[in-house]
Amino acid sequence: MAVGQYNNASHRESSRFEERRVVEAILSRYRNLLVLAIVVVAQLVLLAWQVKTNQNVRLIRVWAVTAVTPMAGVIEAVRRNTIGFLEDYFILLDVREQNRKLRTENGQLKLENVYYRNQLQTADRAKALSAFQAQTPSKTVAARVIGNTTASSAQAVFIDRGSTSGIETGMAVVTPDGIVGKVVAEYPLASQILLVTDPTFAVGVESQKGHIHGTLQCNGANCLVDFVQNEEKVASGEWFYTSGEDRIFPKGFPVGTVSSVKPGQFMKEIHLALSGSPNATDEVLVILHGVHQQIPTTPPQQHMAKPLPPPPDDANGTAETPKLSTEADSIKQKYIAIGEEENHTFGGVGSNIPNFNLTQHPAGQASAPAATQAQKPASSATPAEKAPVKAAAPKPSGNASNQAFADALGARQSPGSQPAHPQPPKPKAVSPASPNNGTPLPLGAPRKKVTAPPASGPPQ
Amino acid sequence: MTEYSESLLRKSRENWFGRFQVVVLVAITLVAIIAQVYIPRLIPNTGFLEIPLLLTIYFGLMRHNQLSALFFGAFVGLAQDSLSNLPYGMYGIAKTLVGYFAASVSMRFDVDNIFIRFTLTFFFFFFHQFFYWIMRRALLGQVVPLDPQKILLQAALNSVVAVPLYLILDRMRLSGA
Repeated sequence: MAVGQYNNASHRESSRFEERRVVEAILSRYRNLLVLAIVVVAQLVLLAWQVKTNQNVRLIRVWAVTAVTPMAGVIEAVRRNTIGFLEDYFILLDVREQNRKLRTENGQLKLENVYYRNQLQTADRAKALSAFQAQTPSKTVAARVIGNTTASSAQAVFIDRGSTSGIETGMAVVTPDGIVGKVVAEYPLASQILLVTDPTFAVGVESQKGHIHGTLQCNGANCLVDFVQNEEKVASGEWFYTSGEDRIFPKGFPVGTVSSVKPGQFMKEIHLALSGSPNATDEVLVILHGVHQQIPTTPPQQHMAKPLPPPPDDANGTAETPKLSTEADSIKQKYIAIGEEENHTFGGVGSNIPNFNLTQHPAGQASAPAATQAQKPASSATPAEKAPVKAAAPKPSGNASNQAFADALGARQSPGSQPAHPQPPKPKAVSPASPNNGTPLPLGAPRKKVTAPPASGPPQ
Repeated sequence: MTEYSESLLRKSRENWFGRFQVVVLVAITLVAIIAQVYIPRLIPNTGFLEIPLLLTIYFGLMRHNQLSALFFGAFVGLAQDSLSNLPYGMYGIAKTLVGYFAASVSMRFDVDNIFIRFTLTFFFFFFHQFFYWIMRRALLGQVVPLDPQKILLQAALNSVVAVPLYLILDRMRLSGA
């Protein structure tokens, strides 16, 4: 009995030992795989906890960022002061080619950049930022971009301002040109900005003209305004502004212009060219306290200052003659018009004497009663017949009236006084008052009497 | 000199080298992560470079030890996560797997061959980016577009950078292999 019990116990012991050996063998064989599974599962649990509780392992992040970002100042200083020299050197390599191009461009830009010159002189980014800060009603703080994040797929950067400057998560980041992104994490001395070009970022936008609302979403440089119905009218080149509906950006900040628009299957496909260039900016403004503004009616460049009208082009003398206003001037104009209607050249040799008692009619209508007799009504005339009627009533232009004025005063045309750009010859007016179809009569030749106008008034 | 004293001297030297390697490895990892942060600012259009990943792959390939490779990958990944805008563990998991698989592969291939290094780096980069994209979609629910052509191009560029980088690291004998 005792022996049997002993045998059972030893058998149990040996089987237990065998099991342990098997487990150990399995563990030793799959040890690496087990460790891998444990490490991955541990990180998955950490990840799940962060996602579920929407909390971060903030302490480690603060340590990491605080350890890394102070180097940013040093690296930036080195880049600006030392490595910047090398950059300048490489830039100087092609300065000759650039110079040639710039000279060509400069000649063109000089003409049209009179207004913008002052703006360009203040284009120093810091000045522009401070000017924008003073202009915008929102309370902002300026910051400098000091580094990218380690996530190569994410569009995020670090700036050199943190919670000590009053920055909080969720604040909007802009430049005078447009929007940049939002603060996704703030640290004592730095903050992390998620750029608007990140695919996970969406901004509420509103068009300038039609006030059409949409959602801007970018994938890198490719930006699309979603949720705009096909029926809505959006033109290419139209500006979009922040609508304020995303609760991040205050309303009224410029976002960009429509680069292309076409109807889609359900919604319009509106591609937007961002005006702020978030990936290339070095200085930004973080909006500490946003104030909504109205969508401006003019594009952003124009509401900075009222541009002067273009200067008068007095080089070729085509400036408009101011309208005359005295009684003598109106009489003169009347006589000139009558002279033109009757094909009379004031001061000309052999020209017939015009009838100054005729009532003057609007251009295109014959005034002389003889004309009514000789011509059909304009409404019943054939197109071929209408042409000379039109030609018979030339519209007075500035130069023509000046010339006629000179003629009226009896001025003779000298060979040197010919206009620089000769006008095309006018079709000869068929004047029924002239017996020989407008051919100037010789001096002293008998002239045909002009019939009196009918009492009923001007011919129709 | 007795055999005992010789063995003692060898052990102390190995310890010193071991500690030195660990310190240098940690320093190089930090430099790689900092470079990941600042190089795109200093040199434009270098955002495609994944130096921490290249370091993980190199360590996995040259160490021939799955455990140390996966822990190194986890360390690099978590350090990278701490400076990213996404939750902890995204890069950690991806790089843990890369380190483990790199060490596993290194037992079957001649990882000193430049062509094999290039090919493996290409493959692991694509795997890393693809796995990271899957995790962003599956675990974080973020709809991020995947551009395979871009990833393949980036993989090729990173492999080109990796070959001379691995040669430099070979000279430093950091793997301890």
